Amino acid sequence: MTLIDFINFHIVPGVVLGSIYAVGAIGITMVFGILRFAHLAHGDLATMGAFVALSAIGLFGVSPWIALPIAMIVCAAIAIGLDKTFYDYLRDRPKILTVMASLGVALMLRSLVQVIWGVDSTTYQRGIVRPDDYFGILLRDRELYTLLAVAAIVIGLETFLRKSKWGKAMRAMSDNPDLARLSGVDNRHVTMLTWAIVGALCAAAGFLLGLNNELNSMMGWHLLLPMFAAAILGGVGRVEGALLGGLIVGIAEELSVLILPGQYKAATAFVILLLILLVRPRGLLNGKVL
Amino acid sequence: MELIGLANYAIFMGILIGIYALLALGLNIQWGLTGLFNAGIAGFFAVGAYTSAILTSPHVVGRVGGFDLPIVVGWAGAIVFAGLIAWPIGKVCLRFRSDYLAIATIGVAEIIRLVIKSEDWLTGSSRGITAIPRPFGELDYVASQLAYLGLVIAAVAVVYFLVERQLKSPWGRMMRAIRDNEAAAAAMGKRIEARRLQAFMFGAAVMGLAGALFVHFNRSITPEAIDPMIATFLIWIMLILGGSGNNRGAILGAIVIWVVWSVSEMLTDRLPTDVALQAKYIRIFVVGLTLQLVLRFRPEGILPEERTRRTAR
Repeated sequence: MTLIDFINFHIVPGVVLGSIYAVGAIGITMVFGILRFAHLAHGDLATMGAFVALSAIGLFGVSPWIALPIAMIVCAAIAIGLDKTFYDYLRDRPKILTVMASLGVALMLRSLVQVIWGVDSTTYQRGIVRPDDYFGILLRDRELYTLLAVAAIVIGLETFLRKSKWGKAMRAMSDNPDLARLSGVDNRHVTMLTWAIVGALCAAAGFLLGLNNELNSMMGWHLLLPMFAAAILGGVGRVEGALLGGLIVGIAEELSVLILPGQYKAATAFVILLLILLVRPRGLLNGKVL
Repeated sequence: MELIGLANYAIFMGILIGIYALLALGLNIQWGLTGLFNAGIAGFFAVGAYTSAILTSPHVVGRVGGFDLPIVVGWAGAIVFAGLIAWPIGKVCLRFRSDYLAIATIGVAEIIRLVIKSEDWLTGSSRGITAIPRPFGELDYVASQLAYLGLVIAAVAVVYFLVERQLKSPWGRMMRAIRDNEAAAAAMGKRIEARRLQAFMFGAAVMGLAGALFVHFNRSITPEAIDPMIATFLIWIMLILGGSGNNRGAILGAIVIWVVWSVSEMLTDRLPTDVALQAKYIRIFVVGLTLQLVLRFRPEGILPEERTRRTAR
């Protein structure tokens, strides 16, 4: 196998998959860092987003890239609603109860998807797309657009978190909620804003996975482990860590087929998760440990 | 349905309730007593089921085992092996908050599912393992079912008795101290991680036993025998609704939830096919919603944990 083949067959799919994981992992790391619990419904919210986009395409006949922002807005609203209905009242109880509630929410979201859209696999666009040649590197249009979309999302989010007043408030609450409150940060508004962003990120992750792969009701649940592995690998609470972690997990999964049977691809994320917890629980970029 | 059919069905339900009660008791050791979040119950259950199946089934060409050992050996193997699987997970994750354990147990259940589905030499992959012996299997149908029900009830009783004893022993008080105030317990010199690991393995071992009881009841097992997420979740609801921290609550929860779950299944199965499929998912939705309602309105469950002092004066 030549270098260019190696890049085309393993690194390119790994980077595409990893960038999708990264979008999900950023949401996980934000909930983990700011609201301080492991959000187990994250994957199924992504499934919901992917199917909302599917319906938007079907109902309005728009292109998938117009459906994406629609799905992001809908999922942001769903995420805020979930928080108000199922998580908020557990605020003052041990956080692990919120984790449990989120597992229940995961089950509810998935069964809703199964009732509304059924259990069969589907896709946004039919037909086989031939990859284009970019100096020897083969890239499909959708893969190129996925990478661009992820880059836009990450840059936009980073700018928001670093420059805007609300972004700074979110980072303050992540660092120290009590101190943030003392400095006049309204925790409730920050919580709501966090959920809106997290919901939108979920929808984007689900949409991009559906675009590059297929849609089915279990797609998000299978995203959960790689997303958590990426978030913890990068360091909990660190957006750029989640990006790095996502890329590493994605590439590692695609490389794992060189030494493991293909059906164990999904085990790679689990191994990475256990190793990082064993060796360096703060993650590569020194995040939090809860 | 005539009377005899109804009686048979009741026995069948009783056996499954017993198996679920064991799972709920195992979870109670982990969650109710120690505060550990295990989201991979189905994984430990499957490990127990397959271990016992491999140890006791007759020899088959092309697969490890079929060791044809006595059933008791299979059960012991299931208990030991499910406990051992818990060890590395607990070792890595119990240093942190239970969120990490939740994620890791989801992962381990997923890996176990993958192994069962793809390792033909070990588990027979999609064909599964068949011809698993059943205690009292040589009796005629009703007698055999009744005898098995007796066996399951005995197993639940033994586990219940052992866990109750543990609860009232100094060990049980120490575990509650660790759960309720980790810092204070650590200051008293308790070894938190080691104790949690004990409880995690103990609970996993009970779940393994439940798996073994299930597989000998069914006489065969395939990867599709249980839906991991739904099985895990049902057991959580049983414990939370029944009352976490209370063993009788765990058993009561198993009875209530399993009866509601299977009766609703019978009802939805009578619907026309296209609606029946949707009804199946609506049932799952209701299960998720039930958890939220219990957490909100009665977090202590039907039978709350007992807080009375029972020390001798």
